[in-house]
Amino acid sequence: MGELRAYAALAGGQWRSVLSYRASFAVVLFTNLGGTALDVFTVLVLFRTTRRVGGFTLAEAILMVSVASTAFVLGDFVFGSIERLKTYVRAGTMDAVLVRPLSALVQLLLMDLALRKVLRLTLAIVTLVIALHVNHITWTVPRALLVVGAPLFGAVFFGSIFVLSASLAFWWVDSGEIGNAFTYGGRDFTAYPVTVYHGWFRAVFAYGLGFGFVAYQPALALLGRADPLGLPAWAGYVSPLVALVAAGVAAVVWRAGIRHYRSTGS
Amino acid sequence: MTVIEMRGLRKEFVVRVRAGRWRRTKRTVAAVDGVDLSVAEGEMVGYIGPNGAGKSTTLKMLTGVLTPSAGHVSVCGLTPVPQRTTLALRIGVVFGQRSQLWWDLPLRESFGLLRHIYRVPAADHAARLRKCRQLLDLDEFLDTPVRQLSLGQRMRGEMTAALLHGPKVLFLDEPTIGLDVTSKQAVRSFLGELGDAGDLTLVLTTHDLADIERLCKRLVVIDHGRVVHDGTIEALHERYGSRRRLVVDLQTPLPAGFAVAGATLRTVEADGHRVSFDLESAEAGAVVAELVASAEIRDLSLVEPDIEDVVARLYAS
Repeated sequence: MGELRAYAALAGGQWRSVLSYRASFAVVLFTNLGGTALDVFTVLVLFRTTRRVGGFTLAEAILMVSVASTAFVLGDFVFGSIERLKTYVRAGTMDAVLVRPLSALVQLLLMDLALRKVLRLTLAIVTLVIALHVNHITWTVPRALLVVGAPLFGAVFFGSIFVLSASLAFWWVDSGEIGNAFTYGGRDFTAYPVTVYHGWFRAVFAYGLGFGFVAYQPALALLGRADPLGLPAWAGYVSPLVALVAAGVAAVVWRAGIRHYRSTGS
Repeated sequence: MTVIEMRGLRKEFVVRVRAGRWRRTKRTVAAVDGVDLSVAEGEMVGYIGPNGAGKSTTLKMLTGVLTPSAGHVSVCGLTPVPQRTTLALRIGVVFGQRSQLWWDLPLRESFGLLRHIYRVPAADHAARLRKCRQLLDLDEFLDTPVRQLSLGQRMRGEMTAALLHGPKVLFLDEPTIGLDVTSKQAVRSFLGELGDAGDLTLVLTTHDLADIERLCKRLVVIDHGRVVHDGTIEALHERYGSRRRLVVDLQTPLPAGFAVAGATLRTVEADGHRVSFDLESAEAGAVVAELVASAEIRDLSLVEPDIEDVVARLYAS
């Protein structure tokens, strides 16, 4: 319990720090809204030139992009600030984190409370609700669970990708943008039906790395559509498993990274 | 009781050096190369060495920030890296160049947050804070955001932050770096009082030897990752033959062949009008008496050995 209070105090301190720059916070809050709006907008633009993309209608594609962006925005909201790890490693802030009696990962997440991303999250959820309405889904208990579970486990999945790609900084301080290929690249991949991709690229990203199970497969299960690529119906429900594996890998790599941490001079 | 124990402690870093346009060669460098050291409860140990000698690296291994490459280390009976969070509750750390405080919040709020982070009972927290406020004169800037504090004020805040949870061991990495004379003195006398109070063990790295002369009976000198001296400051002087020096200005030049048993004529300047002697076994008085008998003295001074010189010689060797 004491530890939870400690984390709550940390979060509170961060919140007050952010509010000491009110105007700047307001600006960032609204500019952040742009990101998610743009994701959905891209899909809308795509359908102005064609009726179907990858064998799916506009409504179906909107469902996929909204599950994907709810998962991503939620994952980004909780774990996205870990991207700053490379700055912390370079500046040696990590040393100060490691001498406190709390988890290093949670401290780092709380060091940059992503309150500015709240509006994005709201927008993503609103889009998801609209997408569910326009698709005439036949509701069952498993589907009701899925509609809540898919974004949540997707968020865990994206969170793990964030932690994994940030951990690169423990080995290469100059890891630069490599990590972004998997975080933001992964989000963009997930936003479209997997059927639009081909060959090894689809095999690696959709199935090898698991991005296909975040939004595409759950959306098929919600719609009650068979997978044109031939995966069985239960594939829509394996996102918890995929998220768990990703989280496990992220935890192992993170721990190894902390042990490998080299700090900086004095 | 032993609080800190290091045996054969090593930390290696892999350094990649450019060798040609594309090729890079790997080289392993030992920043800490087999350090054996134990520190008893209540001791105040000064840790000195040139830049890159391995002082900070050692301190980071003791506080659980860095994982040792080899060897054994324990602090308060705990192994720092695996038991990092438990250890953190029992130690206080001040890194001169890293802040533990919240940049955008008033100092007072940082202290409040630390109370929750370290889960300190409110009464203990209040008592310790009261003591620090009094000893470090915090009151005038307690409500100022940390980013607006002067370096000296911030360092006083950092020290309070490191002590509010009542640590058993306090590690200070260059606590006086960049401070002006007054602030340095404030920091030193505060640390001195802490040390006198008894049960707190204190390990301090510094480049400022005055810190050590004022505070630490025990001095550990590290160079190239190895301990080259471990003992009192007096022992260091003795070992490296630093002596008191008598400098004499004479009205008439020193007669040739002048000698006193137990003192060595060191320099002769200004045609023999200024001479200096290293005092080995002889007292200054005996040398002066001999001088008076053979020349007329105008002025004289006695120079105490300078620890800076000793250490500079130590680094050079």
